[in-house]
Amino acid sequence: MKLTRKDFLRVLAGSAVAVGAGTLVHAVGSANDKESAGSTVGKKRWGMAVDLRKCREEKGCDLCSRACHRTHNVPQIPDRAHEVKWLWNERHDKVFPFQQNDYTRQALGETVPILCNHCTNPACVRVCPTQATWKRTDGVVMMDYHRCIGCRYCMAACPYGSRSFNYVDPRPYLGTPNPDFPTRTTGVVEKCNFCEERLADGKQPACVEACPRNAMVFGDLNDGNSPIRQLLSGRYAVQRQPELGCGPSIFYLV
Amino acid sequence: MGDRPLIYAGLFLFVALVTLPVWQGIAAQSSTVGPELKAPAHKKQCVAPRAYMREAHMELLMAWRDGKVRKHERHYTAADGTVYNVSLTGTCLTQCHGSKEKFCDRCHEYAGVSAPNCWGCHTSPPAEPGGVAAVAAGGMR
Repeated sequence: MKLTRKDFLRVLAGSAVAVGAGTLVHAVGSANDKESAGSTVGKKRWGMAVDLRKCREEKGCDLCSRACHRTHNVPQIPDRAHEVKWLWNERHDKVFPFQQNDYTRQALGETVPILCNHCTNPACVRVCPTQATWKRTDGVVMMDYHRCIGCRYCMAACPYGSRSFNYVDPRPYLGTPNPDFPTRTTGVVEKCNFCEERLADGKQPACVEACPRNAMVFGDLNDGNSPIRQLLSGRYAVQRQPELGCGPSIFYLV
Repeated sequence: MGDRPLIYAGLFLFVALVTLPVWQGIAAQSSTVGPELKAPAHKKQCVAPRAYMREAHMELLMAWRDGKVRKHERHYTAADGTVYNVSLTGTCLTQCHGSKEKFCDRCHEYAGVSAPNCWGCHTSPPAEPGGVAAVAAGGMR
């Protein structure tokens, strides 16, 4: 076969494009890896450990949930189709659906406090079209209600059901609102903010402070000497559905 | 010639209709002077000069909003070095301007500005001067 000059140049150009595209894809891919894995030196990753043994002993206790909802003006809407929740008690089999066996099923009716997992690789952030939700460098998955357009993609993406939508005006369901925190309005999605406004003042989250048994421990997961890390290295802890790859920052001590 | 009264009546009616807004204004005793905003007694200076705030308070508020929510900027340093806590309800209203009804709404209504949607979420201190009194008593957070 005789290769004309024209064909030779054509093949050459094609190969150059192929090699260039490969390099580009590789570069983009490794940049993404760096972003998600990242260096943890000097970087905070706020997390929480919940001691379920203590919660079990205080069956029916919802002080954490109440403190959270009061602090952040979360409405108490009786209609379950419209309810808004940041931190609440959920049935054990709903929280850990793939970790049930014949014997744990006997424990049905037992509840687990759940909240936004502030994932390391949050699905909600990936789908938000307006960047109204994003991940801060300290690990908090934040919401900017000013930017939320109410499309609810994040609610569909979150595998933990941590987000609520304001189908109705929340204000009539508030009682006396806490003047130090805004309310929300119809048409925006909301969720736990890990008490970022309290963290900025150097305080612990409201739920942690409200728990009389200190069942919730909050701290920096990147700091090997933090109380939360000490706790996690001493006791067996589970995350909610870690196989999904979101990397929850809430740990449950079983 | 016989049409003269008709023409004058028509002219009068026309002038009356065209100048109707003027008469309405006079009847309603409105004036071109805007609402008089009371400066808070205990503070001499706003976070920025008065003229700038009058023209561009919305831009400052947007910058505060984005800075606080998205960039972790929770404090604002004014030109004179005073540091303010970035908060619409906590700083602007509770410390100086009282309430949305007494401060924001009066000018916005006068200027025919469509109401900004801040108040869908942010709360206004009670319209009574209780908010300001609480500050004086040190009860503000």
